[in-house]
Amino acid sequence: MRGTSLKFVLLLVALFALAAAGCGGGGGGATGTSASTGGGGQGGTLVFASAADPVALDGILVSDGESSRVIEQIFETLIDLKPGTTDLEPGLAESWEANADGTQYTFHLRQGVKFQDGTDFNADAVCFNFNRWYNFKGSFQNPSATYYWQVIFGGFKTYDPNSGAPKGSLYKSCEATDANTAVITLTKPSSSFLAGLTLTPFSIGSPTALQKYDADKGNVDADGIFHPTGTYSTQHPTGTGPFQFDSWTRGDKLVLKRFDGYWGKNSDSPTGFNGKGAQLDQLIFKPIADNAARLQALQTGEVNGYDLVEPQDIPTIQGDSSLQILDRPPFNVAYVGFDMSKPPTDDPKVRQAIAYGLDRQGVVDSFYAGRAEVAKEFMPPTLFGYADDVTTYTYDPNKAKQILQQAGYTLPVKIDFWYPSDVSRPYMPDPKRNFEAFAASLEKSGFKVVAHSAPWSPDYLGRSDAGNLGNAYLLGWTGDFGDPDDFIGVFFQTPQKQWGTTKNHELDGVMKILDQAEQETDKAKRTQLYEEANRQIMDVLPGVPYAHSKPALAFTKNVSGYVPSPVDLQSFATVSIKK
Amino acid sequence: MLRFVVRRLLLLVPILLGLSILVFFWIRALPGGPASALLGERATPQAVAAIRHQYGLDKPIPVQYWKYLKQVGTFKFGNSSTSRQAVSTEFKQRFPATVELSIAAGLFALVFGIPLGFIAAKRYQGPIDHVSLVVSLVGISTPIFFLALILKYIFAVKLGWLPSVGRISPLIDIPHPTNFYLLDSLLDGNMSAFVDVGKHLVLPAIALGSIPLAIIARITRAAVLDVQNEDYVRTARAKGLPPITVDYRHVLRNAMLPISTIIGLQVGLLLSGAVLTETVFAFPGIGSWLVDAIKARNYPVIQGGVMFVAIIVVFVNLIVDLSYGLLNPKIRLS
Repeated sequence: MRGTSLKFVLLLVALFALAAAGCGGGGGGATGTSASTGGGGQGGTLVFASAADPVALDGILVSDGESSRVIEQIFETLIDLKPGTTDLEPGLAESWEANADGTQYTFHLRQGVKFQDGTDFNADAVCFNFNRWYNFKGSFQNPSATYYWQVIFGGFKTYDPNSGAPKGSLYKSCEATDANTAVITLTKPSSSFLAGLTLTPFSIGSPTALQKYDADKGNVDADGIFHPTGTYSTQHPTGTGPFQFDSWTRGDKLVLKRFDGYWGKNSDSPTGFNGKGAQLDQLIFKPIADNAARLQALQTGEVNGYDLVEPQDIPTIQGDSSLQILDRPPFNVAYVGFDMSKPPTDDPKVRQAIAYGLDRQGVVDSFYAGRAEVAKEFMPPTLFGYADDVTTYTYDPNKAKQILQQAGYTLPVKIDFWYPSDVSRPYMPDPKRNFEAFAASLEKSGFKVVAHSAPWSPDYLGRSDAGNLGNAYLLGWTGDFGDPDDFIGVFFQTPQKQWGTTKNHELDGVMKILDQAEQETDKAKRTQLYEEANRQIMDVLPGVPYAHSKPALAFTKNVSGYVPSPVDLQSFATVSIKK
Repeated sequence: MLRFVVRRLLLLVPILLGLSILVFFWIRALPGGPASALLGERATPQAVAAIRHQYGLDKPIPVQYWKYLKQVGTFKFGNSSTSRQAVSTEFKQRFPATVELSIAAGLFALVFGIPLGFIAAKRYQGPIDHVSLVVSLVGISTPIFFLALILKYIFAVKLGWLPSVGRISPLIDIPHPTNFYLLDSLLDGNMSAFVDVGKHLVLPAIALGSIPLAIIARITRAAVLDVQNEDYVRTARAKGLPPITVDYRHVLRNAMLPISTIIGLQVGLLLSGAVLTETVFAFPGIGSWLVDAIKARNYPVIQGGVMFVAIIVVFVNLIVDLSYGLLNPKIRLS
């Protein structure tokens, strides 16, 4: 009896094994490496693992990095960035000039450029796009929809108090004076306008496609979420870039293919890479949300690259001979901010003592896996306007104590110090340990540190906006575009509660310089103004910047030609893959 | 029978109502909101206020709950706040993936779990029984994500036999009329796609099926041990029926009753396990959909998605209950 029942069971197992073989069989070996089944053309296929699906492929309506990454391949902007830098270079505009008071910009457009639907790119198309954005109404005016328009241009043609958008706009009008000349008029001078135009939200789309596929049609549902009814942003994004949209299966993959009608294909390359057509036949973005899964998919060759590698995974990748790590130039800053309206940090001497009491080198060495440098000022060194000769504060506990004693304080001096919990930012991978190290070095420097902490969002950020983070706190920023205005302009041009500058007026001089710099159109003069602002900031000391971190990208070794940009925007046109 | 079904369906009302309250308040108790999830450190107070106003989050809680309840009543859950697509559309796109994965995992659990339990019972207290006990305990106590990482490391990274992420290789293109990729590839007549999709299912199915496998093995063992000593089994053997007939017709069939109950309960387990499995394998189903939604504080997707899943669990359990009648005609549903 026993024998037979065992046979029966064995039969069942055998059946399953058979089924499994049928399912899993069919020529063993590795699956899905891009090399094995590659696209066949000269360039092959590259699979890039994104962290998530894009939201939509209509630049003006998105502010997330994953959307921008794809949009950057399909579209181009009037002005571009020199690869790997934040320096401006011609994009769809070959050249441009401002009038004397900096309120009118004339863009001379590249000729012979076609959109991917075969229509012509010209000055009318440029103005069509700008006017479309300026005339947005209703839920399009919500900051979640048109964040970057509002950062660069402020409000819209019609003001809606419920929208959250500011009143009044920097944009006034756009005029196509001839087929290849577009004149954009602003309501006031703004020199960060040019750098702002490099952002993917200001990509120029085909007016024909925008209209044909109802880019501006949609409704707001009961939850207040805008719901596009057109298919432009999901199925028919149409630009002038080196890749064109092919297909998108949400959660699975987004496929772009080389645009053979790309304007620069057979022409001599101008200064940058945008003058060349794409090397690859196909570029696929595959969403993989989990970090460990992205790394494993890279190791198996299922994907060829991914962004924002976790610091702890870097040694694994470096130890694998088939993989490579690429550094993104630092474009962020982590800082210890001070509330200059609260005693004792309202006293410049105390702030100085804190600056000398912070072991910034120690923190950068210990907690950034060798992927950061000590910050000397509130913007990264790659940006123009960075001054080499600001006052620096090298860690010196004795000097800190000395300053406090000379200023008449009895040691230790008590300060309230805040740090965020439940968060890791590129510039601050581990806030708690940064804080602990700083607290220890401050305790050696004549301070008594009272620790406070709150969850990053919304508590900590809310406290920061309300100026409610004690005397000192950890915070940081990642830049969006290559202009000092996006760093020190954001921090100091207007009074902010986080620094206590709504009550403390020590930074008023800096604010004036920043206002001047924003309106100055001469780059050399602007550079000088920002350098001066940086010097003054580091003397007034509203905070101590401590780290610029270098985010990492990982690729398989057979990928070449990728130039990481400090601002997350880069074309895959120059990338090639060896089969 | 009909009354039974109707009564069970009516039970859905209090279940969904209770669940709606739980989900509604739970997501609002999470720190952060859609605004800060969307904007991060760029969330100025004005922008946060505007987004809260736009989403109606500045309205009193009872008003918000009433609005949500109306959605539950009409099965219209609005649009995802990240992709801006209708929640029901996304559900339809993603649900087949989870079904495919759950069926694969369920099959794995059944096809290995029942024989394992059966042999263990037949070799009660023998070495096979002890081994099966250890296997079950390991199966039950190994966290899915850990097992998944180990499986991927061995079979994908080291051996290169199986893929580690997704449902299908990015380079294979097939039309997706049903979104059941196995079916889609068959409809397309593309056998290499079918094999590719099958390979993508193997590791997630093992990871997801390990706990149900262990549970099913244990229950099968207990049930078979019980039934084996029943009078009718002894009688059947005494009559001289071939052992395979006794085992199949009398032992296993009667043991199936408790097993089928457990299988029904496993569906809930499979769906909750899918949350982790899909995330680790970047498998675009309901589980990873809900995880992403929670991370982005995507209220419409969380609220709608959880309801859909709850309804499915209730229906599957109903089907299991109905299947009792088929397995054992003695049970009359009333």
